[in-house]
Amino acid sequence: MAETAAPTSPDERLVRVSPLSRILSRPDIGAFLGAVAIWLLFGYFARSVDWLTSPDITAAWTDQAAQYGIVAVAVALLMIGGEFDLSAGAMVGSSGLLLGYLTTFKDLNVWPAMALVILFGLAVGFMNGFVVIKTKLPSFIITLATFFVLQGVNAALTLNLTGTTAIQEIDKASGFDAARRFLASEVTEYQFKVKVLWWIGLTIVGAWLLAKTRFGNWIYAAGGDPVAARNVGVPVARTKILLFMMTSGTAALMGIITALELRSIQAKEGIGNEFLFIICAVVGGCLLTGGYGSVIGTFFGAAMLGMVQLGIIYANWDSNWTYTFQGAILFAAVLLNAVIRSRAERAR
Amino acid sequence: MSADSHLLQADGISKYYGNVVALKDISVHVNAGEVTCILGDNGAGKSSFIKILSGVHQPDEGRLRVEGEEVHFTSPRDARAKGIATVYQDLAMVPLMSIWRNFFLGAEPRKGWGPLSWFDAATARRVCRTELHEMGIDIRDPDQPVGTLSGGERQSVAIARAVYFGARVLILDEPTSALGVKQAGVVLKYILQARDRGVAVIFITHNPHHAYPVGDRFLLLNRGRSIGCFDKADITLAELTRQMAGGAELEALEHELRAGP
Repeated sequence: MAETAAPTSPDERLVRVSPLSRILSRPDIGAFLGAVAIWLLFGYFARSVDWLTSPDITAAWTDQAAQYGIVAVAVALLMIGGEFDLSAGAMVGSSGLLLGYLTTFKDLNVWPAMALVILFGLAVGFMNGFVVIKTKLPSFIITLATFFVLQGVNAALTLNLTGTTAIQEIDKASGFDAARRFLASEVTEYQFKVKVLWWIGLTIVGAWLLAKTRFGNWIYAAGGDPVAARNVGVPVARTKILLFMMTSGTAALMGIITALELRSIQAKEGIGNEFLFIICAVVGGCLLTGGYGSVIGTFFGAAMLGMVQLGIIYANWDSNWTYTFQGAILFAAVLLNAVIRSRAERAR
Repeated sequence: MSADSHLLQADGISKYYGNVVALKDISVHVNAGEVTCILGDNGAGKSSFIKILSGVHQPDEGRLRVEGEEVHFTSPRDARAKGIATVYQDLAMVPLMSIWRNFFLGAEPRKGWGPLSWFDAATARRVCRTELHEMGIDIRDPDQPVGTLSGGERQSVAIARAVYFGARVLILDEPTSALGVKQAGVVLKYILQARDRGVAVIFITHNPHHAYPVGDRFLLLNRGRSIGCFDKADITLAELTRQMAGGAELEALEHELRAGP
């Protein structure tokens, strides 16, 4: 480490910090401990189905977690950058529907259709970001508007095109099988989803971006104090617009994955998930006010939500309690994170 | 001294906001290894003036020259490219970020190539610690969030940062105004340290007791106009204080106060 090259002799005001208390001041530790706790909790209540050791069950909850986790990576970065995106859930639906439309109604090959859908996602993200920067209105309001616009468009156009509430038979498109293998198939005998690898991969990329790149430094600064950041030459507007584009772009990817996996797509797909993405990020240690948070923590946040969703079913509880459970997790996480953050802010 | 030899010179600067005259015909200069103080009470136009010098605003009238050459700044980036760095009152530091991340914010050292380049954190940590040490600033731990530092420490880090990034002209916006006596003294020491390294310093303050010990030249502003520019040899602290406080006005007020019961 560079510490050895430091010119100063050890400072007498520096107490040796124990590794344990250093770990306890990381923003993602709360989510990690929470995920372990929930895993063990269902290990007990769902012991009849071997929750802890059964590969099928692990495959099932990681599948569910990836559903939230992929988009939550970008949502977390956006939140650290000081903004919200409430349209990310509806974007998943819009993107899946667009893929369905392009492949079934326009007879496009799946690959170019996917490229167009991603471009569409980036364009919507650009618009969100551009409007937020130009109007200086809270992104909460702007993206709430985008959310409602998309929700209406999804429902109306789908009904108009198909006479039903879904676009079917996407698997008849050319290139479908290869695309599905790449994005939405199962790996090995245990039915683990490729999606889970995408989730892990995007988490690694997101964490690297945040901790180890110049862009990451700008994300922290844009969320922590945009005026100060601009004064020292950080392109705050560009950083935020890029974050919005990344969020809508990953939502588009999720829409593609969903459409390929189910071979059809519902008009209401993704609606409501925008809050789950935000819950993942907040559970993962992201501050609602920006400037602080963790992509690794968000990963564990998504894992928690996935486990709760499936665990309640395997434990034979009434699944109506899922929301209550998720709400309680959110509440506990916010309290725990407040404690951890105050530890981190204190001179160590 | 010919005008061409000044490192930074402002000539007849005026700025209007609608029909409000924020600045009218202000001229000042600064050279390497000198401290020029800009003094004025609240609302005197100090902030508007430094925003023009640092490229945030553009003057409506008048000229800026760097080493005799006329310049037009359209953004703080332009000013920085000419070596003019500004340390704002609010410091341009992000409280939740560590000292070393703040130190290199906006100018992060990188390793690797093109889009795959990353932030060289090891270098950033090491340079940050060495630089602060060389300025005589004693920081416990560069990983500490800036929010945990005292006001004086933050000012010092901001000054060290500007000097490290090759500032030839350092503009300090009220660096001592929010500080206690001892902390302010520490910051004044770093101002002199920067000056001794050959930096031209423009020091904005409303406190003549802070300005006088470090300044070589004093520009006094009142309600957007200059009420005089003095070399240190031509003015005493007492006179500076009197001028600054509104001179005759204050004397009248003092008279009134004394006449009271």
